[in-house]
Amino acid sequence: MAELKLFRTWSSTFALRVVWALNLKGIQYDTIFEDLSNKSSLLLQYNPIYKKVPVLVHNGKPLVESLLILEYIDETWKQTPLLPEDPSERATARFWAKFGDDKVLLSVWNVFIKQGKDKEEAIVTAQENLGFVERQLTGKKFFNGETIGFVDLAFGWLANLPSVWEEICGVTLIDHEKFPMLSEWIQNFAGAPIIKESWPPRDKLITKYQALHEVYTSKEAPK
Amino acid sequence: MAKNDVKVLGAWPSPYVMRPRIALNIKSVNYEFLEETFGSKSELLLQSNPVHKKIPVLIHGDKPICESMIIVEYIDEVWTSGPSILPSDPYDRAIQRFWAAYVDEKWFAAMRGLRSAQGEERKAFLDQVTEGLALLEEAFGKCSKGKAFFGGDRIGLLDIAFGSFLGWLKVTEKVNGVKLLDEAKTPGLVKWAERFCADAAVKNVMPETEKLLEFSKVLAAKMKGAPPPKN
Repeated sequence: MAELKLFRTWSSTFALRVVWALNLKGIQYDTIFEDLSNKSSLLLQYNPIYKKVPVLVHNGKPLVESLLILEYIDETWKQTPLLPEDPSERATARFWAKFGDDKVLLSVWNVFIKQGKDKEEAIVTAQENLGFVERQLTGKKFFNGETIGFVDLAFGWLANLPSVWEEICGVTLIDHEKFPMLSEWIQNFAGAPIIKESWPPRDKLITKYQALHEVYTSKEAPK
Repeated sequence: MAKNDVKVLGAWPSPYVMRPRIALNIKSVNYEFLEETFGSKSELLLQSNPVHKKIPVLIHGDKPICESMIIVEYIDEVWTSGPSILPSDPYDRAIQRFWAAYVDEKWFAAMRGLRSAQGEERKAFLDQVTEGLALLEEAFGKCSKGKAFFGGDRIGLLDIAFGSFLGWLKVTEKVNGVKLLDEAKTPGLVKWAERFCADAAVKNVMPETEKLLEFSKVLAAKMKGAPPPKN
């Protein structure tokens, strides 16, 4: 029986991608929860360059970087495929996942932590990026079509974190009028059983991000 | 396959543009190279890559594919009769992709930082670049298992990802008066670099260091003359 261990934290949405992928494919694994302020020696051994979660260890061999781990899982366990078969559809899926991590995430986070004029500019950038993402849902329930796939897992954080951040900083970024398809995707994705059962507790997330918000906004406050 | 079925939009100095060209050469696929004019973006580029407006773009039939390493994987998946660019074992594939991403996100980011940095900042970037090369030397030992390339007997994904930066690495060495690839510290990479640049799939698309050096001066002048970035 293959030995599979996942190093994660209670809140990391990058680690959640791996949880979802393994659960969707019905794969058994052990979980090790890390405290990032006190990283275990095992974590540092398995991920010496980035020292981050998630790390998936399969038969003693470590894999890091959540999207790469998803590709590994998809290539190793063929049931419930995450990526489509057609090469150009695969390239498209990889493109949007990368856009999400490289641009969308940071732009939405900036809306959360910036103030004043910077915040206004951050909102414009975030909404431009979200516009590109919204259009990818045209005629589809999920980014992958009828079922959850690679891009849905990559954007999973959108179905959870922005609403936490919006509650804390009082800005509604993903409103139903501007982003009707994305709003509906959020409902569908967040409500899917495999996804719903693994969300971190919302009250804990609010506490965590409230504290972070205070740190960032006190730094940025005008003198 | 008809030559005009496959097009690459790009520019000769760009290491990112080299990547799909090397991949197509490995697969012996004919393609049309459409060069962008430095300083402007063609209609075709803006239409094919509306999100990033950047090169390279591969246009296969009427489908645009963007992002250099995504294009390389696409090429590997479409032209299956040619030599494989990625290994078949999922763990080996993950290792190649990991280091390719490291080269782009960490190592070349430090190289770019080096370009305009001064004093202490410059030293810090140089240290990062050198540390990265030590890591890549170790990775080379593990991935190549004594063979010529990261990919084994033939050029693979990681060779393409890292090797495409060799032209700019040589320019950086000249401009900064440093040796980055060094027979004492990175002997494996020194020999690998020679083999990579001499490979049939690479040599016609790798720019000459002198030409690249001239271009880097034009680029630096343009960046100096550019309006200050918005804060």
